[in-house]
Amino acid sequence: MAALDLSIDTASVSPVRKRRFGNLFLIAAAWIVIVFVAAALANILPLPEPDHMDIGGRRLPPTAAHLLGTDNLARDMLSRLIFGARASLIVGLLAPVIGLGIGGALGMLAGYFRGRLETLIVGSVDVLLAFPPLVLALAVVAYLGQSITNLTIVIGFLSIPAFTRVARAATLSLAQREFVTAARALGATHLRILVRELLPNVFLPLLAFFLLAVAVTIVVEGALSFLGLGVPPPTPSWGSMIGEGRESLEFTPWLAFIPAVTMFLTVLAFNIVGDTLRAITDPRQGAL
Amino acid sequence: MNAAPLLSIENVSVDLPTPRGNLRAVDGVDLVLAPGQTLGIVGESGCGKTMLSRAILQLLPKKANLTGRVMFDGRDMVTLPREALRKLRGPSLAVVFQDPMTSLNPVLTIGLQIGETLQEHLGMDGSSAAKRSVELLAAVGIPAPEQRLKQYPHQLSGGMRQRVAIAIALSCEPKLLIADEPTTALDVTVQAQILDLLAREQRSRHMAMILITHDLGVVAGRTDEVAVMYAGRVVERAPTSDLFKRMRMPYSEALLAAIPKIDAPPHSKLPAISGRPPDPTRPIPGCSFSPRCRYVKDRCKAEKPALTTPDSANHQYACWHPLSLRERMSA
Repeated sequence: MAALDLSIDTASVSPVRKRRFGNLFLIAAAWIVIVFVAAALANILPLPEPDHMDIGGRRLPPTAAHLLGTDNLARDMLSRLIFGARASLIVGLLAPVIGLGIGGALGMLAGYFRGRLETLIVGSVDVLLAFPPLVLALAVVAYLGQSITNLTIVIGFLSIPAFTRVARAATLSLAQREFVTAARALGATHLRILVRELLPNVFLPLLAFFLLAVAVTIVVEGALSFLGLGVPPPTPSWGSMIGEGRESLEFTPWLAFIPAVTMFLTVLAFNIVGDTLRAITDPRQGAL
Repeated sequence: MNAAPLLSIENVSVDLPTPRGNLRAVDGVDLVLAPGQTLGIVGESGCGKTMLSRAILQLLPKKANLTGRVMFDGRDMVTLPREALRKLRGPSLAVVFQDPMTSLNPVLTIGLQIGETLQEHLGMDGSSAAKRSVELLAAVGIPAPEQRLKQYPHQLSGGMRQRVAIAIALSCEPKLLIADEPTTALDVTVQAQILDLLAREQRSRHMAMILITHDLGVVAGRTDEVAVMYAGRVVERAPTSDLFKRMRMPYSEALLAAIPKIDAPPHSKLPAISGRPPDPTRPIPGCSFSPRCRYVKDRCKAEKPALTTPDSANHQYACWHPLSLRERMSA
């Protein structure tokens, strides 16, 4: 319902907003689209299998057959990069969705109902926040086993506190506004106030934060894979590719640099898009 | 006033715990309102007008403590279960708030905000709710109502938004409308239009209305009865014409005198009530207006006057030394 409201909202106000989107935003958005399309169409694209070893052709510089060369095990770099985008994007998008859903709901409940519920939620979130995230992720992945699902759940769980805080802060200020009292005076239930009155208002800052969280998550996934606790081999992932490239950094530095630059650009793009959206939602709230 | 009252407030007090101690926002107020009647509640900022209206609606802050009885349409609002109370708000009781900038949800369209109430309380379907919304917007004097349905609050002017807020409040034909300083946030030229609109709708729908304001001029032509509040108490209450003919409470007089006069010579000083209302967390023993009253006597500082009806049955006031006609002339 909120997504629907939001889409109507952006559609009708878009002429005003378009002006504020700079070229940088468009380039960033285009990069994200390219990465998405490549990852989605990885099976259809004319690429060698990411785990196919071209015997005799280890650490080849770029050639016509291998546009980005081959890695330590003679696997096609471009193919691995594109298939690796899948792992990064799946974890990078799904983990923050967990945080957005659970954290957003908890934050809104805390900010709206206040009292003991708020103390409980804020308290437990603080406990979670105080826990060293990488250690928790390592422990869980080591105990439950390496898989994309486990990785997503752990990182998603770790992103709950941030979303809770953003949602709570936004709800706190909005719940004081008169339109909430007005809704109560018209006999609205708590559920209706939360879903109909507050959610559309809280959603925009949460969405902007979501995009920033995607960027952070991609980095965290990369770090875990680099440490060998992320996506299990031979499935490629940007982090594990950097890790594998490290072995031959002095002879063939591009093996580590290519995935690193790709990750850098993708994270930067998500940050720019998220930042632009945040900048647009902020003054808009002030103006009303 | 003999008919069964729609609303009767009996000895209502509202206490708010604050870090500086207990704050008595409303102090033992009694009021009665018959169906179709209009009551004006007048007083300066912080005298408990809004808290009283919130007490009627049961929309007080969570920490607030309410004592007394609020009977609405034969039911005690204080003990009414939450669900029954919720069903009452909207169809029977509605409010127009002070600031139309904040009383509408900024991210929802006007049509959604009006239609929602209709669908929820009157069980209308989408298209008939939209049709009714257009009628309501037209009734409150909004031009091109069909187009407004798709607009957002920030696309309307303050006066328009207040009209929308009134349309929402009227949407379920409430029996009682509480207008809490409906014109304070608006342009002076729009104020009269909004007040006339409220008066017109109130008469045509035969609904009761409580008009809360700090401006005695606002209630003058538009209410049947006026209650003047000061420091959480009703200090004078009378039928409107009576009150303006024979004002007894020095505070009412001071409020009236504070209205700028159009025929006053230019650059003349605006008459103001000196001092401030007493700190509500530190009640004073005597009449709460005594520190600011120009007619104050020793007794005023020692004993709190009760709300009594010494001269006629429906003119109540709380004062030891009420103004007589002669004193008012010389004042």
